[in-house]
Amino acid sequence: MSTHVPAGYKWWTGGKSPFNVSYGKLMMWVFLLSDTFTFGALLISYGTIRVSHNYWPDPNHVFNAFPLMGHANLPLAFVSLMTFILIMSSVTMVLAVHEGHKRNRAGVEKWLLWTILGGSLFLSCQAWEWTHMITGSHSVLIDGKIQEIGSTITRNPYGAVVPGLLDSHGHAVTTPGPVGFGGFFFGITGFHGFHVFSGVCLLALAYFWTRGGRFDRLGHYEMIEKIGLYWHFVDLVWVFVFLCFYLI
Amino acid sequence: MSQHEHDHHTHAAAASPEITFEHEPAPNTKRIWKTFWILLCLTIAELALGLSHYAFDLHGWILLFLKGGMIILSLAKAVYIVSIFMHLGDEIRNMRLTVLVPLLLFIWFILAFLWDGVAWKDLRNKYDKAPPTEQVQPHGEQKPGHLN
Repeated sequence: MSTHVPAGYKWWTGGKSPFNVSYGKLMMWVFLLSDTFTFGALLISYGTIRVSHNYWPDPNHVFNAFPLMGHANLPLAFVSLMTFILIMSSVTMVLAVHEGHKRNRAGVEKWLLWTILGGSLFLSCQAWEWTHMITGSHSVLIDGKIQEIGSTITRNPYGAVVPGLLDSHGHAVTTPGPVGFGGFFFGITGFHGFHVFSGVCLLALAYFWTRGGRFDRLGHYEMIEKIGLYWHFVDLVWVFVFLCFYLI
Repeated sequence: MSQHEHDHHTHAAAASPEITFEHEPAPNTKRIWKTFWILLCLTIAELALGLSHYAFDLHGWILLFLKGGMIILSLAKAVYIVSIFMHLGDEIRNMRLTVLVPLLLFIWFILAFLWDGVAWKDLRNKYDKAPPTEQVQPHGEQKPGHLN
């Protein structure tokens, strides 16, 4: 896709939009810009709390489970799959936009369905990961007693290892980790997951509008582009959630 | 396209009257798939860096360098997603700058808040330590501003 604008063309002389995009698309960009700062503020506050602690759990030790693999130690494997699913759904979304430019209704429908599938898969993965985090308990030394706790917004079992202390299963016992960990993890991945969920709803709506011939009657598929912008933004946010929670 | 006239709406079904110069549809999906492979390679490189500080016991500057590498790779991914998938690279300069210039605020935002976090950690380490009992002075001898 390209735009050919004559050299020296004057955009600010009035009578036209100086942005060369429709009002709806411009407003979608403005919304995404504001959402960028919302997510930015959340991630930066997480960073502030994290660097204010001497100890913070290592993601390689926290995120090492995979569905149906029992207690196998597979650091970052599941979140890599989730990342791949989201990148793939971004590709199918941009292919839907591409078909929309060509006004090919069948193509738009096909790629929207693939994108909805990708988004739903991602949400399912996140549901599994949350369940695993909350219910998967670890031995933690609290008030001189070994207790089994999972990760919640008030409890973090991923503290420093207590030297020489093993539980009845022979696993190392830890102290409670910084309490902010769960709040930021569930808060930020939850807010991102809520965006994915809204995106899937919008995509489903777009799919039924496309099937009903709405965009053929309008003569353009710009709504697919606008929802596409939102969907890519969700993928973009995941790039940074992935960086801040799982990699660093 | 040379047949584009000044202020002339070329397509009958232009998406909106705000669009002066219609975007040409891309001829094929080559660029999309190329971007997909680039994003996949960048993600694999990120994972390799992320797992390397699990496989090897890394500390200090090497670990910081590794984290810097992961941040740069993530920013590269962001550029590809915004420029190619969101087509911002195809928009005119006014549009691009309207979106990108406000993001400069993040430079201050990140620096100021992480700085504050580090300062907080320094305060914790200075004052929150449980002091060995023999060094604790009786309350009467402590003066304001001389807690240490």
